[in-house]
Amino acid sequence: MTATESEQLRYIAAQAADARVNLEIETEGMTLNIGPQHPATHGTLRIVVKLDGEQVIEAEPVMGYMHRGYEKLAEVRTYPQVTTLVNRIDWLGSFANEVPFILAAERLMEVEAPPRAQWIRTILFELSRIANVTLFLGDMAVQVGAITPVFFAFRDREHVLNQIESATGGRFHPNFDRIGGLKDDLPAGWVAETRQAMVKIRSFCDQISELVEGNEIFQARTRGVGVVPADVGLSYGLSGPNIRASGVDWDVRRDSPCGLVYDQVDWKVWTHPGCDSFARFWVRLQETREATKIVDQLLDDIPSGPTMAKVPRIIKVPAGEAYVETENPLGVMGYYVVSKGDLVPFRVKIRSASFSNISIVPWLLRGVYVPDIITILGSLYFILGDIDR
Amino acid sequence: MTAVLEIAPFAILADLAYWQVTSIRAIAGLAAVLLVAGTLVYVHLFKLVSFMQSRLGPMEAGPYGSLQLLAETGKFLQKEDIIPRRADRFVFCTAPFVVLVSTFLLVVVLPAGPDAWFISNDLGIYLAMAVSSVSVIGILMAGWGSASKYSLIGGLRATGQLIAYELPLLLAVVGVVIQAETMNLQSIVLTQAEGEIFGWSGIGNPFILTQFLGFAIFMIALQAELTQTPFDMPVAESELVTGYMTEYSGLRFLLFFIGEFATAGVFSAIAAVLFLGGWYIPGLDAGSELFNVIGPLVLVGKVVLLSLLIFWFRFTFPRFREDQLQKLAWKYLIPLSLANIFVTAVLKVLW
Repeated sequence: MTATESEQLRYIAAQAADARVNLEIETEGMTLNIGPQHPATHGTLRIVVKLDGEQVIEAEPVMGYMHRGYEKLAEVRTYPQVTTLVNRIDWLGSFANEVPFILAAERLMEVEAPPRAQWIRTILFELSRIANVTLFLGDMAVQVGAITPVFFAFRDREHVLNQIESATGGRFHPNFDRIGGLKDDLPAGWVAETRQAMVKIRSFCDQISELVEGNEIFQARTRGVGVVPADVGLSYGLSGPNIRASGVDWDVRRDSPCGLVYDQVDWKVWTHPGCDSFARFWVRLQETREATKIVDQLLDDIPSGPTMAKVPRIIKVPAGEAYVETENPLGVMGYYVVSKGDLVPFRVKIRSASFSNISIVPWLLRGVYVPDIITILGSLYFILGDIDR
Repeated sequence: MTAVLEIAPFAILADLAYWQVTSIRAIAGLAAVLLVAGTLVYVHLFKLVSFMQSRLGPMEAGPYGSLQLLAETGKFLQKEDIIPRRADRFVFCTAPFVVLVSTFLLVVVLPAGPDAWFISNDLGIYLAMAVSSVSVIGILMAGWGSASKYSLIGGLRATGQLIAYELPLLLAVVGVVIQAETMNLQSIVLTQAEGEIFGWSGIGNPFILTQFLGFAIFMIALQAELTQTPFDMPVAESELVTGYMTEYSGLRFLLFFIGEFATAGVFSAIAAVLFLGGWYIPGLDAGSELFNVIGPLVLVGKVVLLSLLIFWFRFTFPRFREDQLQKLAWKYLIPLSLANIFVTAVLKVLW
């Protein structure tokens, strides 16, 4: 054994002694790096967990591997250019990222989109919610070990993505929302096709409900796992389906629908008193069904008229500040826009849902077992781009 | 042991020299393991799962992608064989072979026809259950030798799981042994072939009819023994990357992969022999020479059917957690299989 090798071994032994956490039965702790590259983190989230056997002593998410500096970049882009950037925040439901920013800019400029544009905005907003959450419904099953549902999710998400593409020209990054309205009107025949897509999504939800939700093993794996009491969840800033699964009846779509026409349709906010991973899955499943109903109702009476209000060709936003938040697929997303009357925003602060949602991870993972880490992370449902902007 | 391991090959091979018989057996053993494993990979992993997941699966290599397996094997063969620097080289390198050894030893006791078998062993099923445990050592070696935390957790999980499920697997077999009054697999097949159901001997008496509880327990324990999906925490790819296989690449990974499917095939064959009548199909005389030719094919057919069950579960269910798995084994399967033995024994005495 060479000198370096014995040094190495001594170093390892010292590390192991440091990590000794359970003195009573003389077991040694182990620090496990889950990520940045790991099949369960769909992105580059790194979680450092200290383990005692298979039990987690301490868990700490390390963020920033995908930080792209959007808040800073937005300061050197004109207002119409910013939507291209913010599209990439939550890449699965990207149209939903554009809307709050545009709404904030519209509020500063004191313009309002024509009714038709508002209607189509809301439809596309809900379509991107469906595109996002269908993938979750499949992905959650993968996290607990069933590999088939995710293929169904990819198959049926395609119907929605096709509709988004045929309306906006972009499957993933539509960049379709403009200050004062939308880039284009809907193509011919789009309404009927979207209705068909909604039927397919509903049957997909039924399929998932049979295949995953009702499965005894799935229930055994998710019920009572990762319990977030309502007060703890609120104090950590959880939002969206995550907090509704703790029984908090709070939905920005219903409570403060600025600029979107949710008050025109008849729909329901789903909550679940379970507070656990199963509740979070269940709430998202119901929300997908509810979203198809919202889209169907909105498709029934899209008002006619222009899709663009009168706005100057070169957009200068008057000085002031505005904060607009919407209920995005992952939770509440808000933009705080400060303008100094320039072509570019002076400062943009993005409040993205996943960043707040995973702040509860260290609290939630304490004392759980390794398989539950994955279940809990999967049920919190974050998108890495939404954590690291 | 020499008396037990009485060597009696095919009748037609009786005149050949020892080395000739040995090479024929080696080739037959390889074929019995690898051909079945290849069939299972193609039929189930490539095609059945693609059908279930509404996709086509491999289509380009050969008709309906039937040569895809060759391409995959070639890919694995030319990959670099990476050994981690901190790994225990000897343990790390030998682990996949230890896993495969147990699979090959299992084939030894399997009868494929009235005269087509490797050894006629009066302890047949006992030997099979004993050597199947050898793979645990290989898995533990892989988990420990890789010097990776994921591998270590995977290896330890695998060990705990395999020990827990060895027991119901064995106890489920005991019911069959009581009913057949022998542990020799060839005799078990013949008992089923010559049996009769209330005087009607049309289809013999496959033990799945009388030992359906034993069959269910055997298949569940088998699923866990093979670390297939409801019980796949040792390789749980969403938690532990691939568990004890994480650090392996190239040929050694291929060996694990073959081991997985070959073991599925061999265990299905054992289940077929124990519960479905092995190489026998109704309509022919069990002593007929014809069975030496069609027996292996019948057995492979039954293996494909039984492994369809295994892979169907594998691609449908989520996985248990470690504690739930142990609970299932110790609280439900083992008491049930003990009850099964008790009822079988009582009925055996009464009849």
